Amino acid sequence: MSRMTEGQTSKISLLVLVVIFITLILSFLSIYISIEAFLANDDLSATYFLIVGFIGLSISAYMLSQTRRRIRIAIKPPPIMTTITCEKCGFKNIREFQRGDYIFKEVEDTCPKCKEKMYISAIYREVKEKKEEKWL
Amino acid sequence: MIMTLLLSLISQVGTDWGWILNLLFYVIFIAFIFYGQRIQFYVWLREVEGSLIRLKRLRDEGRRIAVETIKELGKPTEDPSERVDRFLEFFAIEPVSLDPAGVVWKLEHILDVRDTRFKDEVKLMAPAADETQINNLENTLEAALALNIIYKVIRHFYVLGKKTLSLYIIMQLQMLLPLIMREAEAYASALKAFAYGQPIGDGAGALVAAKLMRGYQKRKIAKDVVVATVPIEGRTAYVLKAEGPGGNVGKPGEAIKKLIEENNGQIASIIVIDAALKLEGEKTGEVAEGIGVAIGGPGVEKFKVEETFLKYKVPVNAVIIKEDVGDAISPMRKEIYEAADAAIERIKRVIRERTKEGDTVVIAGIGNTIGIGQ
Ligand SMILES: [Zn+2]
Repeated sequence: MSRMTEGQTSKISLLVLVVIFITLILSFLSIYISIEAFLANDDLSATYFLIVGFIGLSISAYMLSQTRRRIRIAIKPPPIMTTITCEKCGFKNIREFQRGDYIFKEVEDTCPKCKEKMYISAIYREVKEKKEEKWL
Repeated sequence: MIMTLLLSLISQVGTDWGWILNLLFYVIFIAFIFYGQRIQFYVWLREVEGSLIRLKRLRDEGRRIAVETIKELGKPTEDPSERVDRFLEFFAIEPVSLDPAGVVWKLEHILDVRDTRFKDEVKLMAPAADETQINNLENTLEAALALNIIYKVIRHFYVLGKKTLSLYIIMQLQMLLPLIMREAEAYASALKAFAYGQPIGDGAGALVAAKLMRGYQKRKIAKDVVVATVPIEGRTAYVLKAEGPGGNVGKPGEAIKKLIEENNGQIASIIVIDAALKLEGEKTGEVAEGIGVAIGGPGVEKFKVEETFLKYKVPVNAVIIKEDVGDAISPMRKEIYEAADAAIERIKRVIRERTKEGDTVVIAGIGNTIGIGQ
């Protein structure tokens, strides 16, 4: 188990996808046959093929939902932003975080307005919150 | 083409089909009765396996980031991989608590030794790193260590469950995994934050203290803790926090104790600010107020404050900033950053309402001060 590599996992999910696809085709086929049989007044066969078709459909839908959860790609984390503020006039400049930044660090560059010293006033990341139910 | 072939086949076999399908249903039904649990076992086992693969990936990624950061900042002469691997297996044994009196001091000693050992190890791995970088690297390695332990424990129960075919071992794992995965993901994002020296959610308390003490004279009062004397609302406040911007929690309990003793207990109030775990449904960055020592961790620092306030009967107020496990150890969210100002307002109100003008108060910002100066 511990030696299982990522390549193997992706192969497995490909195999699963193929199986799901075949099941899907067979179930549609089964439903089609059931309709044909129904039209041919063979009610018994029609019923059985319909049942088989729907079972196949639900199985493949279930398997698909399972694999989708597995191969969900990791979401890229939001960028970390650094806010640089002018000591005197409060002019703000926001840029991406750089290694070595910390809150209340005096930075090299001066304020473009009044040529005063600037410092890092904030470092944070902004996350878009998923909407929660209102009544909560 | 196939359709017509199949259809002709059906019409040929006719009613025999019904009989076969009927039998098939019975077979499936009986199979589920006897092997349902076994089938469930394999479904859960597969789920656990998926999470385990992800945990392994997180651990390997953590190790890789740690090694790369050490190479980048520390400029080691030899490859640090081997040392890092040895470090990831490091453990500390808790003191025996059969006779609990004095166990806190034993625990403190063990934690101190561990901390010194970690720092020495990091210095050997990264000779070129400065003090701040060494602290950050130590935090990075601790996160990698945590990921390694989580992976190994889950792997242990997975293999055990598979070996014994025990549904109950796998069931417990499967039930706990969502929570464990959340924690592991949080450690993974913490690791990146530590490697870059970004402030994390846990630093909310330190940020509040940093905002209060900015521009005032600081002095070192305890191990990795700085204090500044700040006039607030007509009172004298000793504001303290861990020394930044390296990853550090310091010994705030020790510092509070020293401050109370320096003032012979003449402290009107202690106000402790810390990040606290929120309940699901609560807003991130909500500020709440209460009583007690809001210091997390192994409890040593909390114990020191409690011992001292008992001796001098000093009231302790707590202001907390709420966030979840993930937010606490990943780069600080905007909501938490903004909550610092709300917390400062809260502190000022507590000071106004609970103390008189001319009093002395202690304000302690607790938390890992990584990425936060003063
Ligand atoms: Zn300016």
